Amino acid sequence: MVHAFLIHTLRAPQAQDTGLCRVLYSCVFGAENSLDDPRPRGAERDRLLRKEQILAVARQVDSMCRLQQQASGRTPMDLQPQSSDEPVPLHEAPLGAFRLAAGDPFQEPRTVVWLGVLSLGFALVLDAHENLLLAEGTLRLLARLLLDHLRLLTPSTNLLLRADRIEGILARFLPHGQLLFLNDQFVQGLEKEFSAAWPR
Amino acid sequence: MQHVTRPGSGRAGSPGGGGGGMFTAGAESLLHQAREIQDEELQKFCSRVAKLLQKDDPGPDAADALQRLFLIVSATKYKRRLEKTCVDLLQTTLCSPKCPEQLQLLCAAILRERSPSDDLSLSCDHVQSSQQLSLVASVLLAQGDRKEEVRSVGQRAFRVLESRQPEGPSLRHLLPVVSKVTRLAPHSLHEDQTSLLSKRLVDWLRYASIQQGVPHASGGFFSTPRARQPGPVTEVDGAVATDFFTVLSTGQHFTEDQWLNVQAFSMLRAWLLASSPQGPSAPDSDDKSELEGSTLSVLSATSTASHLLPPQERLREKAFEYCQRLVEQSTRRALRKGDADLQKACLVEAVLVLDVLCRQDPSFLYRTLSCLKALHTRLCGDPARARALLPIAQFFLRHGEAAAVDSEAIFQHLFTRVPCELFHSPTLAFEFVRFCGDSLPLFGRNLDILKQSFPNLFKLLAWNSPPLTSEFVELLPWLVDPGTAVEMLHALLDLPCLTAALDLQLRLSPAASERPLWDISLRNPSCLEASRDPQFQALLQHLLRAKASGTVEKLVPLHQLLQPMASCARVVQCAEAVPTLLQAFFTAVTQFADGVLANQLALLLLERYDSLYQVPQYEARVHRVLSSQFLALCALHPSLVVELAKELLEFVGSVSSVHSRGAMLASVAWAIGEYLSVSWDRRCTVEQINRFFEALEALLFELTQSRPSAALPECPPQVIAVLVTTLTKLASRSQDLIPRVSLFLSKMRTLAQSPALSSMHREEGAAAVRTRATELLTLLKMPSVAQFVFTPSAELSEPRYHRDANTALPLALRTVSRLVEKEMGLLPG
Repeated sequence: MVHAFLIHTLRAPQAQDTGLCRVLYSCVFGAENSLDDPRPRGAERDRLLRKEQILAVARQVDSMCRLQQQASGRTPMDLQPQSSDEPVPLHEAPLGAFRLAAGDPFQEPRTVVWLGVLSLGFALVLDAHENLLLAEGTLRLLARLLLDHLRLLTPSTNLLLRADRIEGILARFLPHGQLLFLNDQFVQGLEKEFSAAWPR
Repeated sequence: MQHVTRPGSGRAGSPGGGGGGMFTAGAESLLHQAREIQDEELQKFCSRVAKLLQKDDPGPDAADALQRLFLIVSATKYKRRLEKTCVDLLQTTLCSPKCPEQLQLLCAAILRERSPSDDLSLSCDHVQSSQQLSLVASVLLAQGDRKEEVRSVGQRAFRVLESRQPEGPSLRHLLPVVSKVTRLAPHSLHEDQTSLLSKRLVDWLRYASIQQGVPHASGGFFSTPRARQPGPVTEVDGAVATDFFTVLSTGQHFTEDQWLNVQAFSMLRAWLLASSPQGPSAPDSDDKSELEGSTLSVLSATSTASHLLPPQERLREKAFEYCQRLVEQSTRRALRKGDADLQKACLVEAVLVLDVLCRQDPSFLYRTLSCLKALHTRLCGDPARARALLPIAQFFLRHGEAAAVDSEAIFQHLFTRVPCELFHSPTLAFEFVRFCGDSLPLFGRNLDILKQSFPNLFKLLAWNSPPLTSEFVELLPWLVDPGTAVEMLHALLDLPCLTAALDLQLRLSPAASERPLWDISLRNPSCLEASRDPQFQALLQHLLRAKASGTVEKLVPLHQLLQPMASCARVVQCAEAVPTLLQAFFTAVTQFADGVLANQLALLLLERYDSLYQVPQYEARVHRVLSSQFLALCALHPSLVVELAKELLEFVGSVSSVHSRGAMLASVAWAIGEYLSVSWDRRCTVEQINRFFEALEALLFELTQSRPSAALPECPPQVIAVLVTTLTKLASRSQDLIPRVSLFLSKMRTLAQSPALSSMHREEGAAAVRTRATELLTLLKMPSVAQFVFTPSAELSEPRYHRDANTALPLALRTVSRLVEKEMGLLPG
């Protein structure tokens, strides 16, 4: 199963210092058990820890993505379609996976699959023995849906104020972090259902 | 300007927007506002949200406000205090059956983002609809199970599942909840619940309708429900389905049980693992299951299956049929790309499920073997589906012995072919290396195949070093053994060169249409044509070998050939990883290295020190590791210095390259001073000591007398200090040499003061050399003390020398320091 899904910014590979890596959206599907912490304000500390964990993943994805792009001599803008009507060629977008050892930063060992699209990083934090091929497919699907339905390529729209759509997409295509074996027709069916609830 | 709590803002174009950057300055400012919002403003905003939610028909304004509240809560890692009425209303809205989905999702998201929180009063005890339960569960499961929320969600989910309402709420939303609960708390389900779900899963997996669903009547003008009979479901290639429905069956519309079929298969593997008696057991029958488990395992490990409850057994049977059908369905040519991708993922999952089935019930083994052998043969000719080869190999590792099949051919194919054909796929590389790491305990007698394949595994590493370095640090101790250590060290040092060679290979390969990610910023490097030269071909083939060859080739010509590619980002990245890998290698190798291997490795270090691929910064970083590891090897096997005397003398004698060899020279000289002594090796002779003395003396003379020139970088004072010390140590062991070294030392003292030398080094460096020379000179005045200090006996490491103030060591140290200080105090200026 998927432990968490996140969307974050990717820093430009060439520029040395163009701001921080920011988490724009994250969803944790069922928290890891809270540690027995007798001190007061345990809940607050717990939440802080979870946020830090997600940020740690985002930072690693950011640097992995940058390294992969540098290695392939490509810039994120190579992916930029000529007009916002064209689909982004997601199969050419940088994609990778890495492992997080137990305790760093999650209690259990995890695998992260990530996808970099222009200046956005999408990542799934998986249980260690999840079907990686299915996770890759799901991640590409989610990115495609989010780009289409949130019109992320149009500069005026704002991902930050559209959490409902992200939640709506996740509830259908990644319910409670369950990776689904969806064939093309199932995807279309779910997408229609989503479009009916959230007209573009 | 957008404002975080003001309605309507944020929809229009943001001022900083435009271009390809999707994260605009406007968004950045919004994020900042959300973080920095003051308590007072937030409370005002909360009251507004509360007012909107209390309306009979909360409209788009409520949705807009909730989006903003979500942003405010999620944008900071610190706790946001929300008004109690507001939090309560979020919970009531979430549970209100007639509230639109958009608002419910937002309420759930806000409550989830606040979790874990102590002021949550949400409960799933009375939730009836599965959709509602799914939403409430998403909040409750985020609480970290402080109040057993996971268990109560699980119990409620099963209550809904048990209440058989054929036309009731769709179970589609329920199964993912069950799946998550099982994942988070496998012990929270009762045995009868486990059986119930297994039973239902059988129905959904095996008996889903094979007729297509009816489109939902949308009430449109043209929709005439029931006018047309829905057709049968089809296969991915368009043919009419010949057997039961699976995730690879398709149609225009789907029925409810077909949706459940998808859900059921998606959670199948995890469920099989969680519900098996070997796995987590039901908590309410602890004593019984414990007893069962222990007696059964003593009696017979294979007879557990017959004692199982029928539903689990039945589920396994149906799961087996399902996987077999998937394997069959994956031979069909999919009409759509999405379905082709799904076929690959299904193949992997099918093999993984079959593995679980055979682990739980060995009676599946024979049926599975024939299926997987055929599948393997089919996949070998299809690189696009190579990913499924990994779970197949894992299967044969686990069950090969039990099934008495010779699976060596499967591993040979996997390790020789897959890495060299597909090293450029980042996820395959990752999965391949993970497979090696995860399967280590299973390899058994096949571990040799893994070890022999290290050159191929290194291709994955060389091409994908950033994510794989840490994996290899863990893997290296398993790969290296006395037989391959020397070859592997060469390979590690040549890793960046391998990266460049792989890049070249991709550019030369005819199947370059797939566009693997080589550096396109470097177009047609000049070496492309030259590499076709037969002289280079042989070397390239050696570098790109699939298995350990047992031989070592000098790759210097190749280094030169590939020089134009040395500045490629990928090569540089790989070069950065090498020092870490070398450390891991030596940590592993020193665990088992005997004298012979230590000698070989030490020689290799000397030889490779100045024969490395010229990547920016690479030499300097590797030199640090190599020189420190040389010393570590000497410490491990002090005899090394005597046994390699000839080679070390040669190394010391090659003065010409002293400037690039600084660090290694210091290590070698230090090792000579420490270990060239009869107390370490009885074979050490006075002649040997004298010979080393002369060589080092000549070298030091050369170093200190040579005029500083712009062309040569200066010799570091550390090297001079080490050389001086070593000479003194040697003299203390062959006392005829003492007058010579004393003369030299006093010369050094004045030399270091002379402008010629002090301009060569930085002032503090020269001062350090001067101090060292003075100290050594003082010690040499008392040869017996000098010998004790410079050649301490091995007994010195025993505790009594350190505990008892009256034994030799503390006494000697005090005497020596007093001597040295006294002499220093008498020094002029």
